[in-house]
Amino acid sequence: MLTAILSLAGLAIVFGLILGFAAVRFRVESDPIVDKIDALLPQTQCGQCTFPGCRPYAEAITKGEADINQCPPGGDNTILALADLLGVDPKPLNPENGEVKEEKTVVIIDENICIGCTLCIQACPVDAILGAAKQMHTVIEEECTGCNLCIPPCPVECIYIVPVKKTIQSWKWPDPDNTQVENGVAG
Amino acid sequence: MITEYLLILVSTILVNNFVLVKFLGLCPFMSVSRKLETAMGMSMATTFVLTLASVCSYLVNIYILEPAGLEYLRTIAFILVIAAVVQFTEMVVHKTSPLLYQVLGIFLPLITTNCAVLGVALLNTQAQHTFMQSAVYGFGAAIGFSLVLIMFSAMRERLAAADVPTPFRGPAIALITAGLMSLAFMGFSGLVKG
Repeated sequence: MLTAILSLAGLAIVFGLILGFAAVRFRVESDPIVDKIDALLPQTQCGQCTFPGCRPYAEAITKGEADINQCPPGGDNTILALADLLGVDPKPLNPENGEVKEEKTVVIIDENICIGCTLCIQACPVDAILGAAKQMHTVIEEECTGCNLCIPPCPVECIYIVPVKKTIQSWKWPDPDNTQVENGVAG
Repeated sequence: MITEYLLILVSTILVNNFVLVKFLGLCPFMSVSRKLETAMGMSMATTFVLTLASVCSYLVNIYILEPAGLEYLRTIAFILVIAAVVQFTEMVVHKTSPLLYQVLGIFLPLITTNCAVLGVALLNTQAQHTFMQSAVYGFGAAIGFSLVLIMFSAMRERLAAADVPTPFRGPAIALITAGLMSLAFMGFSGLVKG
């Protein structure tokens, strides 16, 4: 009886030690700074920063392969937040990556012209376009991040940029202008 | 010597295949065989775990259980060994191949409850195999499992696109396929004795 308890307990302890050692030896490092940077990015996954999504961009920033001013959807606010987090000087948005949009936009598909080629579906980074081959496509406006990546592939130019309609639910006070942010009021 | 190991290999892979002849490890056989890629990953992980668990449980049996006269604790001790080996494998896979880790997902910890793993350990003690025999037996069982799993998943990928009559769609046709494969493997009996 006692040997049974002791030997099983001993076995369990030995395996516990091995697993504990393995947990230290084979620890998977996840960089906490990548998560922090990723949390500041707008998650549009638009790829305008030249990286395939927000998280790869965050990883590139940590590795020093990318600068902090490559995110057009985030605009100046994101650049300021990144500069604050990383302790570097903020700089204006790199014009090669795109321009800051004045107001939030989505795209709509003119369903009378759409030929159902699925090219825009393949371009959409957030799966906001619904449709199938030779079927009319349409945009799920709540999912659209306004990255406009679907416009260049469209062969019949049936995709238009429209500003997001302000409804009672989505209206909010206009953002404070960036001069206040730079003075350290926010960010 | 070598012929003996070869015999064990042929016996476990073809003649006494764990899945199709002994009917062990059927749950991963049915659940992880939808995609060829996952099936291959699962096969590799199972091969590693089965061989290692087979050897470890042999050592535990010979050096701890038998000298202390604790043969009646075999099942629980072997399950402990298998759980530890699976956990260890999970850590190694997570570190060395994050992609495979993502693909395998929940199936990796579920190898613990793969009855083929416990079956191999128990059959090893039943047949009173030596250390090398146990290792070869475990490895052969794993290769047999992998062979059948990969063939089955390749067939199921075709079946998914095939025009199957409505009442047979889904698991029904998969089970029929498995049964036909099992029949085919029965044809190997008589190839080797043992």
